[in-house]
Amino acid sequence: MFVVYISQSMRKILLSILCLSALGCLSVRAQSLLEGSQVNGSFQIDGQYYMPDAAIDITPESINGKKLGLNGFGKLQYTNGNFSAGLRFEAFLPQMNGFRDELNGVGLANFYASYDDGTIGFTVGDIYDQFGSGMVFRTYEEWSLGMDNSLRGARVVFRPTQGVTIKGVYGRQRYFWAPYLERDFKDSDYRGIVRGVDAEWDLNQSIPSMNDAKFHATLGGSFVSKKQADKSTSLNIPENVCASAARVNLAYGRFAFSTEYAYKINDPSAINNFIYHEGRALLSSLSYSQKGLGVVLQVKRVDNMSFKSMYTAKENDLDINFIPPINYTHTHSLPSMYTYSTQPNGEMAAQFQVNYTIPKGTALGGKYGTKLTFNYSQVNDIVRDSIEFNHAMTLNESGTLGYTSKFFAVSDKVFFRDINFEIDKKISKDWHITAQYINMLYDMETIEGHANAPMVKANIGFVDVTYKINKKQSIRFELQGLWENEVHKGFVYDESEKKDYQKRGDWLAGLIEYSITPHWSFSIGDKWNYGNPVPEYRDHYFSGNLTYIKDATRIMLSGGRQSEGVVCVGGVCRTVPASSGVSLTVSTSF
Amino acid sequence: MKKLTTLLLMTLLVAGLHAQTKTDLPNVTLKDLNGKDVNISKLSNNGKPIVITFWATWCAPCIKEHNALSDVYDDWQDETGVKIYSVSIDDSRSTAKVKPFVEGKGWDFNVLLDVNSELKRAMNVSNPPHTFLIDGKGKIVYQHTGYLEGAEEELYEEIQKLVK
Repeated sequence: MFVVYISQSMRKILLSILCLSALGCLSVRAQSLLEGSQVNGSFQIDGQYYMPDAAIDITPESINGKKLGLNGFGKLQYTNGNFSAGLRFEAFLPQMNGFRDELNGVGLANFYASYDDGTIGFTVGDIYDQFGSGMVFRTYEEWSLGMDNSLRGARVVFRPTQGVTIKGVYGRQRYFWAPYLERDFKDSDYRGIVRGVDAEWDLNQSIPSMNDAKFHATLGGSFVSKKQADKSTSLNIPENVCASAARVNLAYGRFAFSTEYAYKINDPSAINNFIYHEGRALLSSLSYSQKGLGVVLQVKRVDNMSFKSMYTAKENDLDINFIPPINYTHTHSLPSMYTYSTQPNGEMAAQFQVNYTIPKGTALGGKYGTKLTFNYSQVNDIVRDSIEFNHAMTLNESGTLGYTSKFFAVSDKVFFRDINFEIDKKISKDWHITAQYINMLYDMETIEGHANAPMVKANIGFVDVTYKINKKQSIRFELQGLWENEVHKGFVYDESEKKDYQKRGDWLAGLIEYSITPHWSFSIGDKWNYGNPVPEYRDHYFSGNLTYIKDATRIMLSGGRQSEGVVCVGGVCRTVPASSGVSLTVSTSF
Repeated sequence: MKKLTTLLLMTLLVAGLHAQTKTDLPNVTLKDLNGKDVNISKLSNNGKPIVITFWATWCAPCIKEHNALSDVYDDWQDETGVKIYSVSIDDSRSTAKVKPFVEGKGWDFNVLLDVNSELKRAMNVSNPPHTFLIDGKGKIVYQHTGYLEGAEEELYEEIQKLVK
């Protein structure tokens, strides 16, 4: 079996080499024949060597006997004027710990060819695009999280006149390494076809007299549908599910307002417990900005808006849309241990943020000015009222309409709250300090699906100080603390629940980083779960890191323990298990 | 395993060797903070250099880099006429926050919104911060990933090479 596997992947690799060299030769020939042909690309390899570490539950069994994990990709793009084409090769040999098993394999994950002359554009192959804020359609990839929901098919973009853009997309989504043609499908590979159109009209660009107006308006609308097969024996699953959205962006001087409303017809799925409720979402933002001051208020309502190209898909698989979480995205490791992710089945969210710079030359601003940030965000559940079904009152019963929900009603159930204040100050030519205080409420049971896990109520703080030793060398200190008082009160657990308390309780973290610009950086740090309610979980997570950067190449060697937690990149988060070992990252672009 | 990795690496390196010519800016259109369309391939600064730097509101080293560039931007402009385009790769979770964030920090760069990472992909950016220097003819002549304290000085040396 193993031998067969290798030979198959070898064949795939050889095939890819052929493709790449063909493309390479093509570019060489093209360079001599056609002025303007260019090839560029990038690659990255992340390798991890695992060491068993019983203290944090890493045993040969828990890592599946895996000694090594390797994720890599290579990407090439060819452009010539209005034409471009590209391919991305991916290798998971096998995937690193914490990545989905389905990724295991090697192959050409993505390719496209595209022509765009400014009026009309065509793309065939794997498509990434977004309509409005993405609430009915967004395809994207986040390689570092092992996520890619690209659409293999075709896209047309038409710009009939200045300020008007009409787009159409058609295709089937990537599902790890599953084949794209229906005739090759095994049962688990099945997913539907996605079709969508979007139109946007920018009044200022299309109406000459409004070109330089202080008032700015853009209108847009989208329509997306999926065609899936009904494989259910007990329920009648709709084979065509459509969703639509309308949006408005307005700006007047320093004020800006934007809003988008999305609607989806009944779409029973594994995510919503197979109810036939309609989906609705609203996202609105209002902001004011002037030099040195920015204020933004956002509100959001989501009701049953999970939209996937297969009704049985779970987690983040086969998402057609993206409902953005609007809370503050943290930059340091302890506050980002508890990161909120959108609850597609229902939430009411609001966030308010102020960015202010105390001007230079004032008593509080000092020589360089002082930058302040305040953020308040909160997410509650929506209110669901039970409905009558078969002469009984039911709530969220599969096969029914599920519930009714008043649009403006907010449940008392709080999923998440974050109140934080940050100060960022350059004290002198050589010293710079950033400090933040965070008060956080995090409903672990809902967000991470840990049944009965107590709510996280934490006070978190960090201080980050940089000292410039001279023109080339600098040293940075980071000290973080997280205190979770309530988890200790009257704390009793039985042996079976113990696992729920991994990483809970109080933490301290420290880091020292020494850098020699422009190439080298060296850091050592420790995270210590000193106040875990379970004494045997009071572990240290030592780690060290050596980075070399030259131009667009980065080589990073790190070693140590990584605590279990959520890793977030670009607004999408993934839970990674604890790991222990050595890892190496090489990335470059050319 | 080793063979596979080596093969993958070599293939890409060989492919990379074909790409020694200076690259043009890609044909991608983004919106600026006032909602105006900006076509990246048509960016121009009257023959003077342009810096394009990728960042996000959640990226601490990016904010450091922007603060450092903001401190020296006036001097750089006086001396070399360089123009800085700052491309935010924040997705729709933070799109509405970018303008108040930039203004609140007091940054003077031309900020563009790359909400679905279209330019990020076209310019092969893996992780922010990532900075490009473009010469007066619109060719990418230098790029740098990551930000270490004082790295803006190296960038400035490259800018000065272009205006001499």
